[in-house]
Amino acid sequence: MLSLHAGSAVTAAFLASLVEAVEALTIVLAVAVVRGLRPATLGAVCGLAVLALIVIALGPLLDRVPLNVLQIAIGILLLLFGMRWLRKAILRAAGIIPLHDESAAFASETAQLQEQAMRHERRLDWLAGVASFKAVLLEGLEVVFIVIALSAGRGVLLPVSAAAFAACLLVALCGVFLHRPLTRVPENALKFAVGVMLCAFGLFWTGEGFGIDWPGADLAILAFIALFLGTGLGCVALLNRHAAAAKTSS
Amino acid sequence: MKNLIASLRELAGLFVDDGALALAIIVVVVVAGIIAALAPALLWLSGIILVFGCLGVLVANVATAKRS
Repeated sequence: MLSLHAGSAVTAAFLASLVEAVEALTIVLAVAVVRGLRPATLGAVCGLAVLALIVIALGPLLDRVPLNVLQIAIGILLLLFGMRWLRKAILRAAGIIPLHDESAAFASETAQLQEQAMRHERRLDWLAGVASFKAVLLEGLEVVFIVIALSAGRGVLLPVSAAAFAACLLVALCGVFLHRPLTRVPENALKFAVGVMLCAFGLFWTGEGFGIDWPGADLAILAFIALFLGTGLGCVALLNRHAAAAKTSS
Repeated sequence: MKNLIASLRELAGLFVDDGALALAIIVVVVVAGIIAALAPALLWLSGIILVFGCLGVLVANVATAKRS
């Protein structure tokens, strides 16, 4: 049976990979619609190949880093990453910044590629391939980082990688069958949940790196999840109340 | 070259979106780390600074974003 740490790491990796894969799929589909499957697939495959090279090159290096240094470095990166996601999700939930819209992202990418088509018809396959490559590489790097960060030094690389792979495969299959962006995925709610989990892991790991024995050991992760979740939801409620009050007073 | 710079910017953007938020998190972590290194008997204080510092940074940043 999975331990508490492994279970929450697997869940976080699955949800985060789902969000990233949906974002990458939107751009790859836009490329496929404008220029056909060839440049879209070629770009995506090249992106996956570069990701695999990065994992193969960096993976063994991680074993050589002292555990507490690794915990502090990854903990800080997780905090930066998680707080960025959580902040954005709070501001989106409160209506301060617009929600990420996959249909809009798809339309914008398609329009951009069509505009490029008018300017450089000959180079377009190449440009379209690069767009697909960049989307897979950048979104994939986030997945790789999350997988490594959640599993390094804990012996849970296999289940965490499997969860991330399953999420990416699920999204890819949906893309193959639906041929359109996955607009019904509740992306902001997922980002909120993943942001909360990454912050909790980041806090736990940074503290462990400093030598702090958190009360309850791994159970502290659950307490941190509850704290960040409560704070995030509290922020959304307060921001919404302020917005409502401002509306009635004007 | 332009593409490379844009890609590197996007890469950095994975971790740093709002500079003030990133800086505030680093400050909290550094303060907690200094306390942990200089006073191992006060590790609990380091933990408290880490937990409530990060929560405080989040609330303050969101409030500032709302105002601006």
